[in-house]
Amino acid sequence: MVLVYIDQADGQIKKSSFEVACYGAALAQQLSTEACGIIIGNTSEDLSNFGNYGLKKVYSVKDASFNNLDPQMYIAAISGLAEKISANVIVLSNNTTGKAVAPGLSVKMKAGLVVGAVALPDLSNGFSVKKSVFSGKAFAHIKINTETKIISLNQNSYAVTKTDAKAEVEDYSANGGTPKIKVVKTDKVKGEIPLSEASIVVSGGRGLKGPENWGLITELAHLLGAATACSRPVADLGWRPHHEHVGQTGLAIAPNLYIAVGISGAIQHLAGVNRSKVIVVINKDPEAPFFKAADYGIVGDIFEVMPKIIDAVKNLKGL
Amino acid sequence: MKILVCISKTPDTTAKIAFTDNNTKFAADGVQWIINPYDEWYALIRAVEFKEKDPSTIIHLVNVGLAENDPVIRKALALGGDEAIRINYDGKDPFAVASQIANIAKEGGYDLILTGKETIDYNSSSIGGMIAAILDMAFISHAIKLDINGNIATAVREIEGGEETDEALLPLIVSCQKGMAEQRIPNMKGIMGARTKPLKVVEPAAVDEYTSIASFEMPPAKAGVKLIPADNPAELVRLLHEEARVI
Ligand SMILES: Cc1cc2nc3c(=O)[nH]c(=O)nc-3n(C[C@H](O)[C@H](O)[C@H](O)COP(=O)(O)OP(=O)(O)OC[C@H]3O[C@@H](n4cnc5c(N)ncnc54)[C@H](O)[C@@H]3O)c2cc1C
Ligand SMILES: Nc1ncnc2c1ncn2[C@@H]1O[C@H](COP(=O)(O)O)[C@@H](O)[C@H]1O
Repeated sequence: MVLVYIDQADGQIKKSSFEVACYGAALAQQLSTEACGIIIGNTSEDLSNFGNYGLKKVYSVKDASFNNLDPQMYIAAISGLAEKISANVIVLSNNTTGKAVAPGLSVKMKAGLVVGAVALPDLSNGFSVKKSVFSGKAFAHIKINTETKIISLNQNSYAVTKTDAKAEVEDYSANGGTPKIKVVKTDKVKGEIPLSEASIVVSGGRGLKGPENWGLITELAHLLGAATACSRPVADLGWRPHHEHVGQTGLAIAPNLYIAVGISGAIQHLAGVNRSKVIVVINKDPEAPFFKAADYGIVGDIFEVMPKIIDAVKNLKGL
Repeated sequence: MKILVCISKTPDTTAKIAFTDNNTKFAADGVQWIINPYDEWYALIRAVEFKEKDPSTIIHLVNVGLAENDPVIRKALALGGDEAIRINYDGKDPFAVASQIANIAKEGGYDLILTGKETIDYNSSSIGGMIAAILDMAFISHAIKLDINGNIATAVREIEGGEETDEALLPLIVSCQKGMAEQRIPNMKGIMGARTKPLKVVEPAAVDEYTSIASFEMPPAKAGVKLIPADNPAELVRLLHEEARVI
């Protein structure tokens, strides 16, 4: 059995949960078995819809003691269920929850863990999982040598497909033990698309000259339903919040489309965005290193080019 | 307060990534090694800040690796820390590395264990959470702020689309990322002092390895950029819509 951890926040199922469900289902097929899911926390969403993504059954843990993410409690709940249903592969998203939970789960279950998987395992010679290493500059094939295996899947790495199937839903009461961590507060930026989940990202660098010009970035992002990001100096200068900083020392992302505006493309910046499927670079310097990593580019001045792009997108969207 | 900071060694951020031995080994020739940026800028410097506030704080550094790591450990000692421990073990499996550190941590009676959020080479982001599970300690991952008041820790961690503030009692393990502290340059006094600070070498315990690296692979080369004239950005939008189909 393959067990998939379905992550939610404030009752809303995260986009990455559909990716891990589809991945888990495909993996179950490879192993000639079935995939089930576990969700922790209340949600009003119809969990039987996880059948659409290939899950046979979803176990729903609603105990209020799980309202906070204490990794240790999640580990107890997931490993407890895994044992009960004899799951020998567990799949999580490599998001902030997965990062907090997967390592401890690996210890608890004596199960080898691969963090940052980008493809289904290769079963031709044992069980080997392709993962991103050297900050996206290369891949490694990691062999898991334990009986039970845990895979933490990079976001935006596995395509979501849907069918009409329905999943059985069962309440599952788990014992997480005594919490060691108390969540005192959560602050969410309302209405913004979380950067790590976004399929389109519009990003600005020092070429924008100052925070007063960021309207060019946010307007395009808004039109495309995109998240916004920035280079490190932009965050360090306080032009943009720190959580928007992408790169080697910031967030690593892999959207379908990354639009880099006025960013030179230093190797440390590329390390965070080089797994993007399509990269567009707008820079006035034809020698900017970013063009080497780009799929499409415009050599031109931001302040002339961006308003025209915004107009063209408005046209496309019929606005 | 007694703090253990986990220090790893990584190739410089600009190092050329290549592989040898039929793509099974990282080509380390000529590579400049640095302290993993997250360990240095955030975990270690935050520990040093705690010590500046309360000089009775003791900071130990730990590294799992061979003697070739000593220069990087000395560099870390130059930034701060009272002594370093190197566990003479050459494995890459995160569980094995975490087990080695857990052995040292168990004996040391640390109130706080700090790691970076991940190493920039293998990106497993696992060691902190694994040590926590091995020792049954509280764990906060990906923290961008950490304050200690008596035996209560308050940490802010990044979550999808926001931040979360957590409280926990010591002893505690925290993995650190940007926001935690500001990068510093070691000064002459630190560099001189680091030469005489103790660097203990301990032999590894027998541990299990759960995973092994079978091979490496470079991503396929990009086909090359398609340039669109600056006076016709509408063409870019058309291509993204019709050719790349991403908008
Ligand atoms: C250890 C280490 C870690 C690092 N980690 C990161 C990281 O995680 N993320 C990160 O981003 N950086 C990181 N850096 C910094 C990195 O090396 C670069 O300095 C940084 O990415 C540059 O940011 P930038 O491209 O916005 O600015 P610049 O390098 O100043 O580039 C600005 C670009 O804008 C263009 N431009 C200017 N005006 C216009 C205009 N009017 N129209 C069009 N184009 C224009 C210029 O041609 C130039 O290419 C790190 C550095 C180190 C040493
Ligand atoms: N060999 C090592 N020795 C000491 N600490 C390490 C070692 N490898 C990793 N760490 C620590 O664990 C963190 C996460 O590393 P990783 O799980 O390998 O991505 C790093 O930022 C370090 O703080």
